[in-house]
Amino acid sequence: MPAVLLRVNGTTHELDLEPQVSLLDALREHLGLTGTKKGCDQGACGACTVLADGVRVNACLALAVQYEGREITTIEGVASPLQAAFVAHDGFQCGYCTSGQICSAIGMLAEHGDDVPSAVTEHLAAGGVELTDAEIRERMSGNLCRCGAYNGIVAAIKEVAGADAAARVPAEAAR
Amino acid sequence: MRSFAYVRPPDVAAAVRAVAAEPDAKFLGGGTNLVDLMREGIERPGTVVDVTGLPLQQIEELPGGGVRIGALVRNSSLAAHRLIRTRYPMLAQAILSGASAQLRNMATVGGNLLQRTRCLYFYDGAAACNKREPGAGCAARDGFHRGGAILGASGACVATHPSDMCVALAALDAVVEAESVRGVRRIPLAGFHRLPGDTPHIETELAADELITAVELPASPVAAHSRYRKVRDRASYAFALVSVAAALEVRHGAVTGVRLALGGVAAKPWRASKAEQALLGAPATEESFRHAAEIELAPAEGLPGNAFKIELARRTIVATLRQVLTQGGAA
Ligand SMILES: Cc1cc2nc3c(=O)[nH]c(=O)nc-3n(C[C@H](O)[C@H](O)[C@H](O)COP(=O)(O)OP(=O)(O)OC[C@H]3O[C@@H](n4cnc5c(N)ncnc54)[C@H](O)[C@@H]3O)c2cc1C
Ligand code: SF4
Ligand code: FES
Ligand code: FES
Repeated sequence: MPAVLLRVNGTTHELDLEPQVSLLDALREHLGLTGTKKGCDQGACGACTVLADGVRVNACLALAVQYEGREITTIEGVASPLQAAFVAHDGFQCGYCTSGQICSAIGMLAEHGDDVPSAVTEHLAAGGVELTDAEIRERMSGNLCRCGAYNGIVAAIKEVAGADAAARVPAEAAR
Repeated sequence: MRSFAYVRPPDVAAAVRAVAAEPDAKFLGGGTNLVDLMREGIERPGTVVDVTGLPLQQIEELPGGGVRIGALVRNSSLAAHRLIRTRYPMLAQAILSGASAQLRNMATVGGNLLQRTRCLYFYDGAAACNKREPGAGCAARDGFHRGGAILGASGACVATHPSDMCVALAALDAVVEAESVRGVRRIPLAGFHRLPGDTPHIETELAADELITAVELPASPVAAHSRYRKVRDRASYAFALVSVAAALEVRHGAVTGVRLALGGVAAKPWRASKAEQALLGAPATEESFRHAAEIELAPAEGLPGNAFKIELARRTIVATLRQVLTQGGAA
């Protein structure tokens, strides 16, 4: 079996993987990182969301071999204010979708910082789109929550996004 | 999933040679469609040629104002690009209304063009499906066909092409560039996807060993005033029931430029040429929009579960044109 070098949460692992093994199965079955969940295994729920070089992707539709050399971050490698905010705002009930929600939200905030628009953005040419509830809901639509904890999820993300924005203003003013 | 050989060629020449050499080889882009279909056993390549490392990742402005998009540009990068947001807002909106952010981060332009239908029976190996198995029959005709075609369908197949991006590309006169061991050729997007006829398993003009290398958009001043509108069963992360890409230019109350294409209605992104002809020179009014929509949908045929899409398509055409007229484009 070919050796695949996967870099996960800062550590490089050499794994013997057939090319058909998904990144999700490599993480869960081969590395024991079961924080990343398998909901649908078809790209339709977002439970398997991880970050590849900081970009959110669905690990279930990713072949592990294709992600050699990329820096994979799973929930086990995350330390983010989003985690406390999800607790504070009841952003979950059973918790099954939560690791995917948090990885997705990290990727989403980075995309927003990079001026990526969404399908509900009013003026695509304008930059600096405000993260309203509608923007957060659209940008997070790739993560389903069967418990319907959406209100708490949006509130948690909004709080962290607001704190980010507030932190950015003095930093930029000081330059 | 059937086991397969995985190769990662260093350049385009090696990639096209690798697929030409193996009759059951396939190119792999972001994998969001191919990996899913391989897991279901619908696609069974013996060799998978990963092209995501190839140097086809640029978005470049062409002399004259057009844009050349490398086939491996991710859907998310294309939608976020300044040139696309300002000059072709319908394209940015179309991409952003498809799939989810995670999937758009993975999906490539080439893979989006070649994504296969979401017809349930195509995905269900136990069901009769002429597209999967020519001659087997079509379970959708008497089954669940809400997502099915109302234009250009055949007795053999009523599947639709699911791409949002391609609807905007059809409206924008995009050209697909493909390379194989035989050389490079250019295929207008309007003729890239095929209607099913008796051969629904043949979906595009592309040969199995041809690599999509780029998509080119010609300069189009009218495209700056454009929008994409998608109607679906939930507000996000769902395929289109009907979608409309529309660009409109109006002078002194008359239509001087128009581009119109429909999604969710046929096995190909449907360029609404008849409606465009009817609109050119006509007063930019609700009546003209409705008239044009009626002309385009005149040959439409519905099945019990999707006939509602005929009127839905007419209304969505009118609503999208009205929105461009009153609010301008999405830029
Ligand atoms: C849950 C879900 C929801 C979705 N919703 C939407 C939606 O609402 N709207 C929408 O438009 N799409 C939607 N999609 C589909 C998504 O847009 C496509 O799966 C994606 O665009 C395919 O791109 P890819 O690079 O991942 O292709 P792959 O899966 O890698 O490849 C797809 C096909 O293209 C071939 N291929 C890839 N690149 C090339 C190339 N350069 N040259 C030649 N052949 C090539 C492959 O061999 C394969 O046959 C959805 C997908 C999922 C899973
Ligand atoms: S509509 Fe086409 S894809 Fe769907 S079952 Fe019939 S033949 Fe197959
Ligand atoms: S498990 Fe990957 S999207 Fe559902
Ligand atoms: S908390 Fe249960 S699925 Fe989201």
